Amino acid sequence: MSGLTIPVDAEDHAAGSSDAPVTLVEYGDYECPHCAAAHPVVKTLLSEMPSDLRFVFRNFPLTQIHEHAMLAAQAAEAAGSQGEEHFWRMHDEMLEHQDQLDVINLLATASDLGLDVSRFRTDLEASRFRPRVEKDFHGGVRSGVNGTPTFFINGVRHDGGFDEGSLRQAIRAAVGIHSGSR
Amino acid sequence: MHDTKTGQAAERPLQAGERAPDFSLLSTPDQRVALSDFADRAIILAFYPADFSPVCGDQMALYNEILSEFNSFGAQLLGISTDGPWCHAAFVQARKLRFPLLSDFEPKGDAAKRYGVYRHSEGVSERALFVIDGSGIIQWSYVSPIGVNPGADGILSALERMKAGHEVHS
Repeated sequence: MSGLTIPVDAEDHAAGSSDAPVTLVEYGDYECPHCAAAHPVVKTLLSEMPSDLRFVFRNFPLTQIHEHAMLAAQAAEAAGSQGEEHFWRMHDEMLEHQDQLDVINLLATASDLGLDVSRFRTDLEASRFRPRVEKDFHGGVRSGVNGTPTFFINGVRHDGGFDEGSLRQAIRAAVGIHSGSR
Repeated sequence: MHDTKTGQAAERPLQAGERAPDFSLLSTPDQRVALSDFADRAIILAFYPADFSPVCGDQMALYNEILSEFNSFGAQLLGISTDGPWCHAAFVQARKLRFPLLSDFEPKGDAAKRYGVYRHSEGVSERALFVIDGSGIIQWSYVSPIGVNPGADGILSALERMKAGHEVHS
């Protein structure tokens, strides 16, 4: 069974409780419709289990099939460099508006979010965060990421569905295993 | 040299240390590819059930993204399914695949049978991976549950072991 080879650390973008018993890691692509479908599921589960669940997002842009995926991933990182909350706002915007991932739209989104647009634009033009995105991608490949989205629950690849019921059940099972071992 | 004998079905998936059976299959409607074409080169054989599975970044699309990593080990990737060459051509075009897909179509599943990874009930191959060294010996093999894309980590680990000189001998 494939497992997460890159441990979650301070460099990661994490939402939810930092001492939660369960960490859900998603490798995703902002242009992937399945990632967009999983997005509200993750949000629902995070709000349902505020103390039990931590969510980490890592980039896995499929550049051969998604024209804007690499730029979008860098846009999230560029936003995040202006404050972690901006990473998540850009993340939400892009997954909720996947038809607006070209550079013009991304700059408009950055402006709407109140970012320093000049800095954001320079970061994108210089591909400042491309190495970070590529590092996420290669770490994902080594962990057995096999498409997008790929989820890991406490380090173990989740091969089941990512509809709300399946993911909730898998996370609750992991919470149960954790509390049983204490 | 790769074994060129044909027609021998394996009863179970071939394992590390066994000789990789040769095959000659259509990669396009008018081009054939044989395992023996790649003498001295490491080969990744990726058997999969069918073209056009309805997910983003399916197994072949994933491998397409990381071809440069496979190439850095000097390895050639070959995808194989029982789809016909015209279907493969459409799939290659749709997903912009940059490696050959071989058509194990006639006699149907012949190559899959010789590697022990044919599913008689469905008439398709298993989702199975074989990493073969330049002398034609299987160095690693893995059969994934049919619905589970195995990813690439196992392939890369096998190529790393081979590069480090930890080869399995026949």
